[in-house]
Amino acid sequence: MAQANPPIQQRVGFQTPTIKQRMAETWKQVKKHKAGYLFLAPFMVLFIVFTVGPVLTAIYLSFTYFNVLQPPNWIGLTNYRLLFLEDDIFLKSLHVTVVFAILTGPVGFLLSFIMAWLINQVKVRLLYVVAFYAPSLSGIGMAQIMRIFFANDRYGYLNNLLIRWGILDEPFPWLADIDTMLGVVIAVQLWMSMGPGFLSFLAGLQQIDESLYEAGKVDGVRNRLQELWFITLPLVRPQLVFGAVMAVVGAFSMFDISVGLVGFPSPQYAAHSIMAHLYDYAFLRFEMGYASAVSVVMFLMMFLLSSMFRRMLSTRGEW
Amino acid sequence: MATLVPSLRRRNKVEKEPIGIYIFLTVTGALMALPLYLMVIQSIKPIEELFLWPPRFYVMRPTLENYTDLVLAASRTWVPFTRYVFNSLFVTSVSVVLYVIICCMAAYPLAKMRKMPFAAAIFNACLAALMFAPQVTVIPRYLTVAGLGLIDTYTALIVPGLGGSFGVFFMKQFLEQYPDALLEAARMDGANEWQIFRNVVIPLTRPAWATLIIWHSQTVWRDTWSPMVFTTTEAMKTLPLAMQTMFSGELVVARQGAAAAATFLESAPLIILFIISQRRIISTMAHAGIK
Repeated sequence: MAQANPPIQQRVGFQTPTIKQRMAETWKQVKKHKAGYLFLAPFMVLFIVFTVGPVLTAIYLSFTYFNVLQPPNWIGLTNYRLLFLEDDIFLKSLHVTVVFAILTGPVGFLLSFIMAWLINQVKVRLLYVVAFYAPSLSGIGMAQIMRIFFANDRYGYLNNLLIRWGILDEPFPWLADIDTMLGVVIAVQLWMSMGPGFLSFLAGLQQIDESLYEAGKVDGVRNRLQELWFITLPLVRPQLVFGAVMAVVGAFSMFDISVGLVGFPSPQYAAHSIMAHLYDYAFLRFEMGYASAVSVVMFLMMFLLSSMFRRMLSTRGEW
Repeated sequence: MATLVPSLRRRNKVEKEPIGIYIFLTVTGALMALPLYLMVIQSIKPIEELFLWPPRFYVMRPTLENYTDLVLAASRTWVPFTRYVFNSLFVTSVSVVLYVIICCMAAYPLAKMRKMPFAAAIFNACLAALMFAPQVTVIPRYLTVAGLGLIDTYTALIVPGLGGSFGVFFMKQFLEQYPDALLEAARMDGANEWQIFRNVVIPLTRPAWATLIIWHSQTVWRDTWSPMVFTTTEAMKTLPLAMQTMFSGELVVARQGAAAAATFLESAPLIILFIISQRRIISTMAHAGIK
């Protein structure tokens, strides 16, 4: 940026540059880095057209009534008012998403870290790494396998086991009961949650220099927990921030798994996430303005939470 | 946290392989692998074993019936099953190749041209874009794709995904670890920017490709939103979307063997790709850290 490279006059004590001078200086730098911009161009075009532009468009559309056939019609805050005051199903989905995110986000994050930390203690790692990461690579079809495992009748593996062990007398409808439905979706999501965060933890832990632990021992670190707290965690902080951001995004974008497990819409909307609500209004009812308002709410939630975690974890204070 | 206790005790006594951790990891690892094991078992069970009661965790007479069934049944009713597989393979591989090229190109100036105006702002925008899922912008992206007349084309399945920011974010950080002197040396020898990129930057980034490849394959291969929203005909559907429509609802009970076979075909490529490249991935993934 221009400010980072003050023009020569400023450095030798002349008056501070005017905006015009600064712009000229920036322009000079821009011209000097023409090749750099050419390298960036393909990405920038795609990034602007398919990421930045859409965010701005979604914000604009959320203030309109738009059904694709007619041009968008400005209606101010009406969509948001309907969303929060009239739409019971949205409020239900908000509730489902928050419960889901609280349980899968932090729990998934902690589990990924603990598992990565434990794997890092042993020598033979390949099998464990694959066993923990493979679920997050497995296909959408896994929902069907899970449906057979959690099946509502006696043919379900889980019901069968529980009856055989004498815990249940008769099959329990795990996927039909509105109290357990979300629980099953959460369990399956947690199973798949060893994602990019897990890999970056493993990578970060692997990088730590052994000699730091030796030094720690000299300085009075007595056990593995102290070692973890005083040496390991501060060193993998950047990976922790990345993992937290991924956990938030993953937890809030839950949709496919719940559709595969309990259908769409889920019985009595018991597993209806905000994503499901967005899909419903955007592509089944074609109320794009309203759906955009839903997506803006989602966007803000993800963005604020991620930034919050980022700030919390990257504070330069002590642990 | 109770699980940590045995490992602590062991470490204090003798400094060797922590048996407690091995046991714990083996048990949880087996639990994690259980559903994948079930997938394989279900996919090779003959029909009479699939409906056996009580359900069994093993197979007595393994068969490939379900796989042939899947290919035959799907070709009779809809588009041949192989078409979905082709769509997924084609879209994923083209997209991955383009993604790696685009990310390396963009990461070079962001990481190595420190005086370039707006570089920091662009990087911060990438970082911010990591913090939300692409699904939230699906409506405007749909409008853009429709506006460009790309609905129901492979382009619509490939190009929008290339605007994701993880690759650039990751590559930039990866490239930063190398000293600028490497590039300066080439510059002294009179290389132009393009030559530096081809002969210095590309080889330097190679270790990180595995990570980009697995990341983007995973994103594209498992994506059901793009095909759901950007395609209209059966022949353009990708494997996961076809699976979602073919095996949803009560239909799945009758064809659970085929569903398991399809899930296996859907999951295996990524898992194999990961097993092959995991060492590379784990040694480079540390650069994904956010400071």
